[in-house]
Amino acid sequence: MVEFNLPANSRIKSNGKTWPKVGDGSNTKKFKIYRYDPDSGENPRVDTYEVDLDDCGPMILDALIRIKDEVDPTLTFRRSCREGICGSCAMNIDGTNTLACTKGIQEVKGDVKIYPLPHLEVIKDLVGDLTHFYAQYASIEPWMQTKTPAPPDRERLQDRDDRVKIDGLYECILCACCATSCPSYWWNGDRYLGPAVLLQAYRWVIDSRDEATGDRLDKLEDPFKLYRCHTIMNCARTCPKGLNPGRAIAELKKMMVERKL
Amino acid sequence: MANTNRPLSPHLQVYRPQLTSMLSILHRGTGVALAGGLILMLWWLVALASGPEYYDYVMGIAGSIIGRLVMLGFTWALFFHLCNGLRHLYWDAGWGFEIASVYRSGYMVVIGATVLTVLAWIAAYGWGG
Repeated sequence: MVEFNLPANSRIKSNGKTWPKVGDGSNTKKFKIYRYDPDSGENPRVDTYEVDLDDCGPMILDALIRIKDEVDPTLTFRRSCREGICGSCAMNIDGTNTLACTKGIQEVKGDVKIYPLPHLEVIKDLVGDLTHFYAQYASIEPWMQTKTPAPPDRERLQDRDDRVKIDGLYECILCACCATSCPSYWWNGDRYLGPAVLLQAYRWVIDSRDEATGDRLDKLEDPFKLYRCHTIMNCARTCPKGLNPGRAIAELKKMMVERKL
Repeated sequence: MANTNRPLSPHLQVYRPQLTSMLSILHRGTGVALAGGLILMLWWLVALASGPEYYDYVMGIAGSIIGRLVMLGFTWALFFHLCNGLRHLYWDAGWGFEIASVYRSGYMVVIGATVLTVLAWIAAYGWGG
């Protein structure tokens, strides 16, 4: 359902706190960060932090970690690998979704505004609930399915031309940046699978070793699961790994038509 | 266990407007505007069939500044929807998905629609006035 305004419990109240500066220098930047505390149950607010850039690593995640370590241990966010491969620190930074660990602080002009990934239920602060996203991922059965017996003496092999087909797909880290940048996913995410999951679906559909191609396409033949993609292209615009879910979805749509000809 | 009072994270309120999403919503907007404009064209046809008196009345409205502005908007909506529709056909064939290409075709569509609108109005004033 298209719902432009936030529900009453989600509107941001203007009672945000301003926290003491991190570091002593004068080369500082302000971070305005979305806060929601499930224990108080109060509406979300935006807190302001100030970080001395000469005393901080170059990435947004570095600043978040400094803030959490030194002034506000209650600030909550997911992070793990700090090198853009785990996808945990996906958040909305400066208006677009990306990974805090690969986004440079200097890339942002002015104050750095940080929100959770858009249109998710917020568990706490920058942590959105991805349960539904993962369930959708599970629904496409993201593993190789075969009917023929495996060769007894070796792996299932793939020639170079077939291997190249999954380039630009296997690199997806399921950070959900693209899915939560997609207006169509905002309005229809309950039934529309969204760019990340569809890119993953395509990854299995075109894998030459997978033998469930027909079944996979059958399952996507649905007015909502696939066809709520209107080629808006926010997905490819925002993907921190430089992938192109929009093109993967277009290839799926083409295969849907071609197999009927 | 589940906290049912969890807030929904901001979406439209915080997401940066960018060419990709803006042209998409404009495509839908112009589609709606064209449907509305069709009703006005139908009104003009009804006026045509209703005799000279009523036709003159409707033409008076259409020829006013506001009437001309509405028709200018309608023309631009028509050409934008047409050009962007071609862009969608191009995409459906599997072409032009690189972000640089998406931006190039996006700007081309906006410029193309504007040029076609200007040409159409030059032609219209040339023939009719």
